[in-house]
Amino acid sequence: MGKTIIEKILQAHTKDEVKPDRLIEADIDLAFANDITAPLAIEDFKLMGAKKVFDPEKVALIPDHFTPNKDIKSAEQAKLVKEFAKEYGIKHYFEVGRGGIEHVLLHEEGLTLPGDVIIGADSHSCTYGALGCFATGVGSTDLAAAWALGKLWFKVPRTMKFIYHGKLKRWVGGKDIILFTIGQIGVDGALYRAMEFSGDVIRELPMDDRFTICNMVIEAGGKCGVIEPDEKTIEYLNGRAKRNYRIFKSDPDAEYEKIYEWDLSELEPQVAMPHSPANVKGVSQLRGVKVDQVVIGSCTNGRLRDLAIAAEILKGKKVHPDVRVIIFPGTQRVYKEALKLGYIETFIESGAAVSTPTCGPCLGGHMGVLAKGETCISTTNRNFIGRMGHKDSYVYLASPAVAAASAIAGEIASPEEVMKG
Amino acid sequence: MGEILRGRAFKLGDNINTDYIIAGKYTKTLDYAFLAEHLLEDVDPTIAKRIKRGDFLVAGKNFGCGSSREQAAIAIKYAGISAVLAKSFARIFFRNAINLGLPALVCDTDLVDEGDELELDIETLSLKNLSKSIPIPVVPLNKIMVNILREGGLVPYLKKHGDYVF
Repeated sequence: MGKTIIEKILQAHTKDEVKPDRLIEADIDLAFANDITAPLAIEDFKLMGAKKVFDPEKVALIPDHFTPNKDIKSAEQAKLVKEFAKEYGIKHYFEVGRGGIEHVLLHEEGLTLPGDVIIGADSHSCTYGALGCFATGVGSTDLAAAWALGKLWFKVPRTMKFIYHGKLKRWVGGKDIILFTIGQIGVDGALYRAMEFSGDVIRELPMDDRFTICNMVIEAGGKCGVIEPDEKTIEYLNGRAKRNYRIFKSDPDAEYEKIYEWDLSELEPQVAMPHSPANVKGVSQLRGVKVDQVVIGSCTNGRLRDLAIAAEILKGKKVHPDVRVIIFPGTQRVYKEALKLGYIETFIESGAAVSTPTCGPCLGGHMGVLAKGETCISTTNRNFIGRMGHKDSYVYLASPAVAAASAIAGEIASPEEVMKG
Repeated sequence: MGEILRGRAFKLGDNINTDYIIAGKYTKTLDYAFLAEHLLEDVDPTIAKRIKRGDFLVAGKNFGCGSSREQAAIAIKYAGISAVLAKSFARIFFRNAINLGLPALVCDTDLVDEGDELELDIETLSLKNLSKSIPIPVVPLNKIMVNILREGGLVPYLKKHGDYVF
């Protein structure tokens, strides 16, 4: 019986025999945290009695959640992280102004590579699987252990395969594919599983859309998402990869726990309604839902292509008078590129606010918190009760195209209609 | 070790995510007592005050889904909860709880009603519903988790052993 890509990657990092459900101890290529999860990991790391990190090159620290510091408490947390980076010689520390949102930044920096085993103390660490690696979220204590030991125990996940056929319609992309998939299988539909994405549709997708898909596997309970590297992956890594990397692919006779196969040719843009990422409908079924706020950005949709799509829709148009729009480029580099390409000017001309990169609004932290009764359409990843603010506020999740179209219409709208109008 | 924990059951539904357990806005601190005060606030604003030391959280499936924030497991532990029981756990929360020395046990939680008296033997991880006079079978933890839990969490475990033991 053949092996899946995830099984092969794990096998290359352990002496133990890799088989689904087995416990293994695997070497770690990158272990990172942010300003919420690092302070706790630092505390644990010191309590464990660790004197140094296993390899300062393989640790990254990214203050991005409550930064630029929201208040004194968040400033204290960020300070702890900065001091730890200095004290332990952590090279990959990304200060505000030179970094951005961790899951947009680390792949952009070429620090996450095909064949790697990566852990991050953030649930959306599964994003990097789009490059053909094993990447998963852990808690702060597990991360601290990995910093000390350079390894961590894992249960080898069973793999579910998702094959997408057909040709996507205009304005349909990675976000719609993952929302559709979560809508089909539910928020625990891939619990503890590796989700392998494949098929013609995936092969045609740009890298930015692939990151969006793998970013949200955690919303289906997945341990990791993965896409086999191809020429698009290699092109993305050219001039970017900071180390050598290894490409793995699934064997034709690899064993999958389950295979889902869909033709997406007729798929319309998808929207997840409050209060679950699995509560998904086509955009045409939600016309007329008024919105107070639109957020475009985050680790899910804060990449250059996301901003390009939003700019295409907003160009020469005005945001609806009753709506506030906040756009967050994912990193400083994305911001700079968007500036050069004229997207930022388009956003400002349309009446949108453009913010420095931060996770702030996605988790109800700062820079776009919702009041009681307010509705937001957002390109982020979670719409739980109270996620973006008051417990009686409402979050709809969608692509940058749908979010931008809704910004103009003042209600949930399809990009196609807005572009026609 | 060999400690017997007794307390009342607080029942919760399916898919209780870590944002519900502790909202994102509260995560910018290492003040554990503060976290415990805001436990499950958006689900039930009174629950943190009603929980007494030794009580149990008893949930449906996929408990702890969403964010990896370990503050969720910390808030539960420092609220005085003995153990979390659920039909299934989201994987990051599951590891976080065990790493903190907080038992997270998979069992048929339909065998427990709100307010039932429960008893857990920490050494054997055997669970009883005292109100209904029935034992509740628990899905065994894997050997690594058992070892970590026995030492009271991953930090004390590593302090003692210095490495993983398989």
